Amino acid sequence: MRELDYRDAIKEACIEEMDRDPRVFLIGEDIGVYGGAFRAYSGLLDKYGPERVINTPISEQAILGGAIGAALTGYRPVAEIMFIDFCTLAMDQIVNQAAKIKYMTGDALNVPMVLRTQGGAGRGIAAQHSQSLEAWFYHIPGLKVVMPATSYDVKGLLKTAIRDNDPVVFIEHKMIYLNKGPVPEEEYTIPFGVADIKREGKDVTIFAYSNMLFKALEAADDLAKEGISCEVFDPRTLVPLDIDALINSVKKTNKLVVVSEAAERGSIASDIMAIVNDKAFDYLDGPIKRVCGLNSAIPYNSKLEQACIPHKESIIKAVKEII
Amino acid sequence: MEKLSKELQVLMLKKLIEIRRFEERTVQYYQRSKIWGYLHPYIGEEAVAVGACTAIKKEDYIISTHRGHGHAIAKGADLNKMMAELFGKATGYCKGRGGSMHIADTELGMLGANGIVGGGIPISVGAGLSCKMENKGRVILCFFGDGAANNGVFHESVNMSAMFKLPVIYICENNLYAISMCSRDSVAGNDIAGRAKGYGIPGYKVDGSDVIEVFETVEKAVDYARKGNGPSLIEASTYIFLGHHPNDPAAYRPKGEAEHEKSKRDCLTNFKTKLINEKIITEAQIDEIEKDTEKRIDAAVEFAESSPEPELEKFLSEVMS
Repeated sequence: MRELDYRDAIKEACIEEMDRDPRVFLIGEDIGVYGGAFRAYSGLLDKYGPERVINTPISEQAILGGAIGAALTGYRPVAEIMFIDFCTLAMDQIVNQAAKIKYMTGDALNVPMVLRTQGGAGRGIAAQHSQSLEAWFYHIPGLKVVMPATSYDVKGLLKTAIRDNDPVVFIEHKMIYLNKGPVPEEEYTIPFGVADIKREGKDVTIFAYSNMLFKALEAADDLAKEGISCEVFDPRTLVPLDIDALINSVKKTNKLVVVSEAAERGSIASDIMAIVNDKAFDYLDGPIKRVCGLNSAIPYNSKLEQACIPHKESIIKAVKEII
Repeated sequence: MEKLSKELQVLMLKKLIEIRRFEERTVQYYQRSKIWGYLHPYIGEEAVAVGACTAIKKEDYIISTHRGHGHAIAKGADLNKMMAELFGKATGYCKGRGGSMHIADTELGMLGANGIVGGGIPISVGAGLSCKMENKGRVILCFFGDGAANNGVFHESVNMSAMFKLPVIYICENNLYAISMCSRDSVAGNDIAGRAKGYGIPGYKVDGSDVIEVFETVEKAVDYARKGNGPSLIEASTYIFLGHHPNDPAAYRPKGEAEHEKSKRDCLTNFKTKLINEKIITEAQIDEIEKDTEKRIDAAVEFAESSPEPELEKFLSEVMS
């Protein structure tokens, strides 16, 4: 099968959906000639023109309000917020408007929009450009939260997000845009709420998403050499979450390690632990372990930055503690 | 500009009366706890909504504020569904989920009231984008208050609409008060319309108690927008007769201010007098409109009272799914 960069898979999803549906358009900062901060949209301005690739001033509230208003009136916008850190400038539009409009208007209105953004550490860009804020959105009823790790998943899930009738927060990771992965030529979509077992195993389940998936796979490789068989579970979408698949995996392995790059306090990992405790405690043979980021701002210095986020070694250590 | 037809003026009078009486009734039912939570009466400001909404077509959009009943009624909202919503009933506009601050009606292009001050302003940018993309000459009226004009989102939105020449008409209802904060003490330069100059768009200051002046100005801005010239900013000077909500005695206002405004600048009284003086309508005909309006509001209350509550079981099953 051919291989595509993660960012080219994003572009291909946009092209296919824009060709399929004239209501789909892109809006965001520096997405015109510049092609987006991570160049996922390079060439799209030429292909679709400024009416469908709308390059905006630095106005996060107006970008997302613009997407919401267009969604309310028949369009399907894909709004890009350059860094997830900048979503903080427009939380009213995300939390009080996009997430609530359908519910509070008694289904009179709905908001079919995608908020595309990216987060995560690893580029030495410090505290305001490296956060993992997915838990903020996960917490809000009315938002779907998608965090694909591979080229295959990012393409299939972005197409589904664009077709979804509700607001979707689509979070990429800045360290994986140039990762290559197999993407079929023929069209496909991936439904929300369907996890993917990225590696089958029998001794322990490792729950990991976005860039942490790759750390978990590396850990599983090393542990296999020591005779420990890890099942690497990628939820792909955090809302909706494929709880049944997770519990099935736990039933098989009876052990769970949850990995998340975000600061541990109030994290997705904490909630996954609670869910599995509630629903599958009897299948566990030991405590669930969390491997998370430190409760710290992300530092600039590379040594300090790397110390803030989980690595292969920290995952291996956690697995060994419960094996 | 053509002289306004008698029919149109009578229609505007009917709407002014409809909003005034509806709002008076909601205050009564709020005091009887049939309506609860937050209720922000529009009494005194009716001429802004009526003048503005009369200047657009049914297929045009509006987006409103927390003080939004007047905009909805002016755009043609169903009184039964509105009252039922305020009573928290399943037959209300929002099925009892939204209450006073979230009424929306897609059929009427009413993109929702909004509980967040300034929250609707950027959404109007998006509606403006879609009006421009579909290219059918539609426009959106974006209502907001003097309080929202001081929110950062005002700048982002007007700037972006002006850059993209979007057909958005920004209508600031300067009713002098953002809860207790007087716009004289919060708006630097005390000239919201004057900010239009900075964005290179037309700005107008109108007497918001004069329904004809509002109508004519909005009509001009709508025409400008339909021709693809972009947004305008209209500041309508108006006055909020009651406090921020029914339980607010408005003790922060200078003595005599409200009395003066009510006696000199009541948009309804003044418009009635004008139409009678110009022999467009008789007092007897106005009485008839008043009676008919009361009847329709009685019917809305009856509808709301007799409607079922939302089902708890249904709600819980939706939450769990």
